Order: sequence, then structure tokens, then C-alpha cells
Amino acid sequence: MQFTLQHLGGNEYSFNLLYLIPLFPLLGAAINGLLWPLLNRITLVFAERKLPRGLVHVTAVGAMAASAGAAIIAFLKLRGLPLSDSPVFVFHWWDWFQAGGLKVAVAFRYDQLTAVMCLIITCIGAMIHVYSIGYMSEEESYNRYFTYLNLFVFFMLILVMGDSLPLMFVGWEGVGLASYLLIGFWFEDSEKASAGKKAFIVNRVGDAGYLLGMFMLFVLFGTLNFSELADKAAASGFSPADHPWMLSAALICLFIGAAGKSAQIPLYVWLPDAMAGPTPVSALIHAATMVTAGVYMIARLNFVYALSPAAMTVVAGVGAATALFAATMGFYQNDIKKVLAYSTVSQLGFMFIAVGVGAWWVGIFHLMTHAFFKACLFLGAGSVIHGMHHEQDMRKMGGLKSYMPITYWTYFLATLAIAGIPPFSGFFSKDEILYKAWTGGNILNPAGKVIFFTGLLAALCTAFYMFRSVFMTFHGESRADEHTREQIHESPRTMTAVLAILAFLATSGGFLGLPHWIPGHPANVLEHWLEPVFAQSAGSLVFHEANGFLFAVISVAVALSGILLARYFYLTPAGQQKAEAWRQDFNSIYTLVQNKYYVDEFYDFAIVKTIHAFSVLLWRIADAFLIDTVAVNGLAQITYYAGYAFRALQTGNVQRYAVGMIAGLAVLAAVLAAKGG
Amino acid sequence: MNMTWFEQNLASIVAFVPLLGAICALLIPAEEKGVSRWSAFFFSMLAFVMSLWMFAAYRDYSSSMAFEVRKEWIPAFGVSYHVGVDGISLLLVMLTTFLTPIVVLSTFRAVDEKVNLYMFCMLFLEACMLGSLIALDVFLFYVFWELMLIPMFILIGVFGGDNRIYATIKFFLFTFAGSLLMLVAILYAYLHSTDPLTGGHSTSIYHLVNLNISPNAQMLCFLAFSLAFAIKVPMFPFHTWLPDAHVQAPTGGSVILAGVLLKLGVYGFMRFAIPMFPAAAMKFMPVIAALSVVGVIYGALVAMVQNDIKKLVAYSSVSHLGFVMLGLAAMTVTGVTGALYQSINHGVSTGALFLIVGIIYERAHTREIAHFGGLAKLLPFFAAVFLVVTLSSIALPVTNGFIGEFMILIGTFASGTLKHAKIMTALASTGVVLGAVYMLWMYQRVMLGPVTNEENRGLEDMNLREMLYMAPVIAMIFIMGLFPEPFLRKVEPSVNKFVNQVTSRAKEVEEANARWNEEHGVKTAKAPEDGNH
Repeated sequence: MQFTLQHLGGNEYSFNLLYLIPLFPLLGAAINGLLWPLLNRITLVFAERKLPRGLVHVTAVGAMAASAGAAIIAFLKLRGLPLSDSPVFVFHWWDWFQAGGLKVAVAFRYDQLTAVMCLIITCIGAMIHVYSIGYMSEEESYNRYFTYLNLFVFFMLILVMGDSLPLMFVGWEGVGLASYLLIGFWFEDSEKASAGKKAFIVNRVGDAGYLLGMFMLFVLFGTLNFSELADKAAASGFSPADHPWMLSAALICLFIGAAGKSAQIPLYVWLPDAMAGPTPVSALIHAATMVTAGVYMIARLNFVYALSPAAMTVVAGVGAATALFAATMGFYQNDIKKVLAYSTVSQLGFMFIAVGVGAWWVGIFHLMTHAFFKACLFLGAGSVIHGMHHEQDMRKMGGLKSYMPITYWTYFLATLAIAGIPPFSGFFSKDEILYKAWTGGNILNPAGKVIFFTGLLAALCTAFYMFRSVFMTFHGESRADEHTREQIHESPRTMTAVLAILAFLATSGGFLGLPHWIPGHPANVLEHWLEPVFAQSAGSLVFHEANGFLFAVISVAVALSGILLARYFYLTPAGQQKAEAWRQDFNSIYTLVQNKYYVDEFYDFAIVKTIHAFSVLLWRIADAFLIDTVAVNGLAQITYYAGYAFRALQTGNVQRYAVGMIAGLAVLAAVLAAKGG
Repeated sequence: MNMTWFEQNLASIVAFVPLLGAICALLIPAEEKGVSRWSAFFFSMLAFVMSLWMFAAYRDYSSSMAFEVRKEWIPAFGVSYHVGVDGISLLLVMLTTFLTPIVVLSTFRAVDEKVNLYMFCMLFLEACMLGSLIALDVFLFYVFWELMLIPMFILIGVFGGDNRIYATIKFFLFTFAGSLLMLVAILYAYLHSTDPLTGGHSTSIYHLVNLNISPNAQMLCFLAFSLAFAIKVPMFPFHTWLPDAHVQAPTGGSVILAGVLLKLGVYGFMRFAIPMFPAAAMKFMPVIAALSVVGVIYGALVAMVQNDIKKLVAYSSVSHLGFVMLGLAAMTVTGVTGALYQSINHGVSTGALFLIVGIIYERAHTREIAHFGGLAKLLPFFAAVFLVVTLSSIALPVTNGFIGEFMILIGTFASGTLKHAKIMTALASTGVVLGAVYMLWMYQRVMLGPVTNEENRGLEDMNLREMLYMAPVIAMIFIMGLFPEPFLRKVEPSVNKFVNQVTSRAKEVEEANARWNEEHGVKTAKAPEDGNH
């Protein structure tokens, strides 16, 4: 580690072992994907036996542990340097490509933000790998599963460690690939294969936005490297007023990319379908890590976003709209994983509110607490599904509390966290988001106030539908059939241990970001830690003063009412009757919500079917008929008929030539005679 | 052997080794199939090794071409055997010599009759392609360019599918029609050229870039050249010969057709049409770019609704080549380098796609998408290879396709000379989405889901020979995606020179044109000083 460069983004120290963090998972994937199958084939032929299955998960988990270890060492080293110097570790691996003014290197950047992301990814990733050992134990393609999972972690680490937008894009598309492969892991089921494809394509729509945003930033700043961008954005030569249109357009395009990856309106539709993948995958990729990439990207580019209030308003506005919209869709889902999927979309909306109003660290804070409680919830759901023998419909559950106590308690704690009950982690992060939305003065007025109320309403819905899922799954009478009920069992130790750790994190994670209003002003560890990353934009951002305690009280009141409402409607007979009566009365609304507002159907009709029909038209009418038949073959036909016509003139028949000559002479004579006369 | 002589003539050697092989192929009796095959493989490998040598020996000669040789051929007409290589042709030469042995190997089982004729065509075709890539004399180029049609005509017409006669005649007439107009333009240009040494006319590209002809003649000549090259590329709307030719051509023919032949159109623009008529070229760039963008989207949409895998891949070529031409039209170093790099990438990944279609066709004797489904379970190795190639085709980062597409798009977006460059880039980037749509949809319908057709249960996974020839392609996909610098370093200086020369020459010619118009009393709508914009 040696000091190399001083940037506005921080003092850079080169740290040559950084590449080990992503390299380990890549090696794991290579060994599980290539080496073991090859050796397996050899031992099958020569020793007539298969390699032990254990090799696969030892490799995969070992790779994750090594990667987590490397990330922790880097974190500790970074922590050893004085924070006031804004230390950043960098590692330049090789020059990737350059042409014209464009230069892209394969180089990593490990600053305070990257450290937080890497720790979340590698540690939660390692836990989910361990959990998978139990969950996927009966799976035939065991090594394929762990290959993809390691591959995912590799790309996710590239995404957060890349020091430039193009390298981040490598991770960005790479995790999309891993997600595609894992959603469609059971590809023999056409629906699951389709879900994977849908995820990839919807993400690609976002990626096109990402690309365009990148191009615009390149035209504006002449570089795509983060620290160079930071320098250029801060330089006196750059004034956002000179590029009013392009800068906001660039940032909004990048946000389209974020909306694709992080499942925001209007590109959220892939995430609920992505639940087709194995549940640990949903926990790791579609809750804890990959889907938060958009939030990370905006936090990473905070110094540019801070220059465009218009773009920030879009980010926060879309985030708020998504938070509420997705929360209402969680109301009537009966598939336990679908509830969690919509909840993830909604929670991601909260994170975008945070980064949209300029509260970068709060966005990362919620990203982190969400990773804890949502991973716990998904894995809890996985444990339920595992125990229920692949049943995901909550209407066939109920009363699981006594059958699966560890699963129940961990799920319950995580639900308290997401609902926003103090002192569980989600309370602190969500409360802080709403507080910042109200007090932030960085977006166009009066969006902040609208966003605050939208967020509050979404929080109410969250508490409601999450407790609904708890009550439907674990409380009341069991609604499973006799045969299933006999076989319900608590999950193996590898799974419950992970649940316990995550439940602990979901419970206590909030203490890393204690709010200001707490008496005695305890240190806000996370905010302080991330300060150097957001220092450049901090100067230009405004937050008003307000009584934080009051907001906390409102927040808790809202969460409690959500829980009580859920209890009333799902656990008390009176409430259940009332709900049934309302369902009859407002049947159309119920159907609308249950069918997710028919957004998928609308997309299918307005986009998929329309484009398909248009393409068929292009092919049949434009290509086959107009170009090929009329123009190309038409030209050939004209040539052919012209030749046919002229053939009469050259039959080789002397008599005909004679007739022609005489006729010509006659005409000539007639013309001359007429003229002469 | 004199090393310097050898190295100096390396370009010619690379081109003539396959010709030697072609002659040998003719001498081998038809029954000796094995001898034909291995001899063809030997000569194509020899050419590849020679070209590797050339790649290693290539240095950037900033003023002239590398491996340049000029010998008088028809002195009376100023025609010479003038060959050489620069960064623009180097990679295309490499691509040609790289793909040919793979193609030869891939046809060991597929072609079982008239093997010697087939191998003759392959090697003769390779020699012609290499000849047109190294030719620096437009007459020499034209000879190779037209000769190329003959082996391709035979490959499709003799070894093709059921409707091969229609396809091969269409292919021939289409490209030939374009070429004839080019010939007229070549003659016109020749008659207005001067070789300062002899004072006579010349067909060397060195003298043809300094033509002194009227603005209208520049326009017409550029259009004539462009038509020939646009048909070859093929640019929308001159593309309809391509799907027919591909569907009817044997696998090897398709690989070479898509892999190299189409790129010669792009190359023709870069070597001849644009440098010879820079002012006209710059005027027409928005048109070329617009047609390219249409091609990107149109090709992708039409590819999406194809029922035949090969036709789908053929239309995807229209889309990909649209990207390439867009990057070229941008006339920025990044865009043009990207265009050139993407040409190579397309050769590798679409060549691989055609090989994959060939593998599956050899087994199932059909290419109907509906016939397949769920093959991934039956052919796991094939599925993995197919997936990698698919991802390369949709330009996923770490594969080669990404580098090219990225450079093209960013180079176009930042173009200062191309009108509406930003809107065109935005439109073209929808191709990024559509590419994923048609490729993944096809992959899903063929490989994923349950096995829908019981007939497919008997299909065998890839055999050793197939793995052997797919391996270098797969390797190249990653090498070119992860380490593009060694390639780009050879390309960029030449592209830089090309872009600078064309843009500065375009200005000079514009000024000359303005004077010409004044002298000849032609009224122009614009004031002369506006002519550059």
C-alpha cells in the first residue's frame, strides 16, 4: 500500500491485493463450473465413481469466506488510516481499452462506500451460500447452482469496486447475466425460463439508459473515471448552468438504468417474476445486493447528481411513487415470495427517496438494514417453503409458529424491522429517510413534502402487508392438508443458524446510524464513516432543522396502526368478516389490486404484442413484398420482359429482317413524302 | 532464405498460400476425400501462421503501408501489383485466416461429395478475400473483388440447400450489379488520375486520393462505389440477398459470408470510397448513418420474428452491420476504431453462431425453431457453448461484442461532424435491447423449457472435433473482450490517420469545389465559406 495521488475524491493509496476480493468468487465459479465436472468425468471413467458433492459447496463457501476475509482486511486497513484524509485504496490491473479520447482501465477503487458494499455483499453472500447447502441439498445440478452464485458475487463485486462507469457497467450487466441464469435455474419449466429472459430484457432497457447517460457524461466531462469525474465536476471551469439540458438528461438516463436494475417504476415488472428462482437467490440477488445497485450508483455519483435538482427530483419522485405503488400491490398477494418481492420494490423506492433528496448516507443506511432484514425474511420464507415441501401459497399455511419456532421468531423480528418498530434496524433508516425528505431543500419545491406523505403512507402499507404475511403464515389455525401437515419440519441447522445471525443483524443494525434526536447525541457511525465519500456534494446541499423526535413518534404511530389493522383483519373473526364484506363491496378495486393493476397485461399488449405485430408486418410487407418482390425481383422481371420484347428483333430470321427493313423504308418514305407535300 | 525479402512480401505470401492450396485441391482426385480435407486444413493453417507472423511483425508505419510491394503489372495503363497492409486491413486479414481453418475443419463431416471442389472454393475464396484486403491498386482490388463471386457462387449453387439456384443467382446479380457501377466509377476516376512520376494515369490508391474532378462527378462516383459496398455490407435496403444466401449456403459458406465477405463492404468504404471522394463522403454521412440506424432496428425486429434459426442470424447480421456502419459514419477515432473492431467481433461471434446452427442442423436436419425446445438438458455442453456465443452476440461486457458496440456508440454520440449524431445514437441503442430480445428468445425456444419434440432425445452432444474448432472461437470471444488493447494498438494509429486525412481532405476539396463552381458559373445556395459545415 503506497500513497499515489491526491484527488478531490480522496487521497489514493495503491493497494495491490484489492483484486483478490473479486478474484476468489471467480475462481470458485471456475472450479465448480469447469474443473470439478472435468475431474468428475475422469473419475467416472477410470475409477467408476463420482466426486463427493461436498467438494462443490466447500469450494463455493470457501471462495466466499476468502473473499469476505479479503474485504474485511481491506476494510480494517482503510479504517487504520485517518478518515479526515479521505483515504481511498486503488488498484490498477490493466488498461482495458482506449481509442480517441476514451480510456478505460480495469482498475478498482475501495473507499468507505465500497467497503460498506463489499462487506454486505461478501458477508451476506457467504451466509446465503451456507444456507444454500441445506436448501439445495436435493438439487441435481448442485455445482451449476454454486457456479452461478459465485459468478454473481464476482460481478457484484466488480460493480461496486470498479473505478469507472464502464467497469461498473461490466458488473452491472454481469449481475444481470447471473440473475438471468439463476432465475431460470430450473429452465425445464418454460415459465421460469421466461421469467429469466424477462428480467434480462427489462434490465437491458435500463442498461440502454445507462449507456446513453454514460455517453452524455463523457461528452460533458471527457472522462468516465469516478475520481476524474469528481475533479472535473468540482473544477471552476464546469458550471451546470452551461449545460442545463444535457446534465439533467444524462443523470435521468443513468437513473433509467438504476430503475431497471433496482426495479423502479416503470421497469419494476421483472422483479416479482424473478421469484421463480431458488429462494436463496431471491434473498441474495433480488433483495440484499443486486437490486440495490441503482442506489449505489447514484450515491457513487453524488457529486454530479447534486448539480441537478431536476434529476434529483425525478429520482426521489419515482422512488416515492414506487414505494407506495408497490406497497399497495403487496396487499393481496398470496404467494409468500411475491409479498416479499413487492416489498423489496417498495423498500428500494425508499432508498431512492433518500438518495433523491440528497441524503446519500441514509440511502446506503437503508440499503444495509434492508439487506439484513430482507435477506432474513426471504430466507425465512425459504425455510417455510422448504418445510412445507415447496408450498408457497400462504392460504395453505397458518399456524406454522409451533412447527418452526426458529423460523417464526427470526421472521417475526425481521418483520418488526421492516415495519419500522424501534429499536429494530428498519425503524432508524426509514425514519431518517422520511425526516430527510421533509427537511431536504435540494429538490424542486414542494416535492419534498409530497414525497414525505407518500412515504408515510407507504410505511403504513408496509407494516400492514408484512404483518399480514406473518399472521397468515405463522399464526391461527393450520390450513395445510393432512398429509403436508404431518411432514412440516424445522429446517436444518445450516439454514436456521443463518436465519439467527441475520435476525440479530436486522434487530441491531440500526445502531450504526443513530439519529440526532436521541438524548446524549450518540455517534452516528455510518454517517461519519461515509462522510469523505459525500464530502464533495455536502457543501451544496441544504437540510433544514426540524424536531426529529416528533417525526419518530409519527413514524412509530403509523407503523403500529398498520400492524393493528393487519391483526384486526387477519386474526380476529370480526375483522375477517369485515374484510370479506368489503371485498364484496369493492370487488373491482380488489380485483384491480390483486391483478397488480394489470400493468403486466398492459405492457404485454402495448409493447410486446405491438412490436411483435409490427415486426411481422415489417418482414412480410416491407422486406418480403416491397423490397424483395417489388423492387428486387421486379427489376429482374422488367429486365426479363425487356429482353423478351427485344428478342423479337433478333430472331435470326432473314425474312423478318427484310420485312422490318421494308416496313422501315415505307415509314421513312411516308414521312418524307408528308414533309415534302 | 532472405528474411527481409520474406518479411517484405509477407502480405502477398499470406494471400498466395491459400491459392497454392486451391491449386493443390484441384489436383487431388475426387475419391481422396481425406487428402482433400487435410491438405485444405494444412494450407489454411499455413496461411494463418503466416498471418500471425505478419501480426507480430507489424509496426505502425506512420507514413506508408506495412509489407508494401509495388511491381509494374500493366504499365501501359498505369496498373501495378501494389499491395500492403495497415491497421485497417491487418485485423481483417487475421480474421480471414483465423476463420478459414475452422471452417475447413467444420465441414469434415458435413461435406462428403465433391470434397475437392468444396475445398478448392474455400481456399480460392480465401485467397481472393485476402487479395482484396491487401490490394492498394484499385484495379487489382477489383479483380479480386469480382473473382470472389465465383467460389461463393459455386459454394451456394452446388453445396447449398433446396432453393440454392435462386439464392445463388440473386446473390450474384445483386452484388455484380453494384460492382459494375463501381467499375464505371473506377474508370472515370482512372481517367482523371495522374501519376506524378510518369505523368500518365494510374490506378494506385496513392494517386486516386488526389483526384481533381467536378463536385457532381465526386458525388456520382461516391454513390457508385457506395452502392457496391453497401450491397456487400449489406446496408438497408440492399440486404434481401443476404437471408436467402445464408439459408441456402452450406455452413462453411455462411461462416465465411457473414464472417468476412460482408466486412469487405465496410473495408471498401474505408479504403476506397471515403478517401477517394472525401467531400462527397462527408456530405452523405448523415444518409449512411440514417440507413445504418434503420438497419440496426429493422434487422433486429425482422430477426425477432423469424422461424428459421439461420435466417434469424442472417437478419441479426443486418442489425450488427448497421452498428458498424454507424460507427464509420461518425468519423471519430473512437467510432471508426469501434466499427473496425466490431467487424472483427461480428466475424467471430456470428461465424460461431453459424457453426452452432451447422452443428444442430447436421444432427436434426432442420433449422426450424419450432422443431426444438429443451435441448439444454440433452446437450449440456452444446448449451454452454451456445450461451457464450449468444452473450457475445448481444454484446455482454467481458465478451468481444461489448467493446465494439460501446466504442461505436460513444464515438457516434460524441461525433462533431455527423448531424443529429445524438438522436441517432439514442435510436441505435434500442438495438442493444432488441438484440437481447431476439437472441434470448431464440435461445429459450431452442434450448430451454421441456423437451417438446421426442425426436430430439436421440441428439448427441458436441464431439471432440466440434469442440476443437469451437474452442478457439470461444477463446477469442473472451480474449477480445478482456484484452482488446493489443488489437486496438495496431488499429488506432491507422484509423487516426484515416479520420484526420479524410476530414482535412474533405475541407480542401470543399474549397476546391467552391472555386470550381465559381469558375464554371454554377450557382450554389450556400456561400463558399459555409461549404465545410
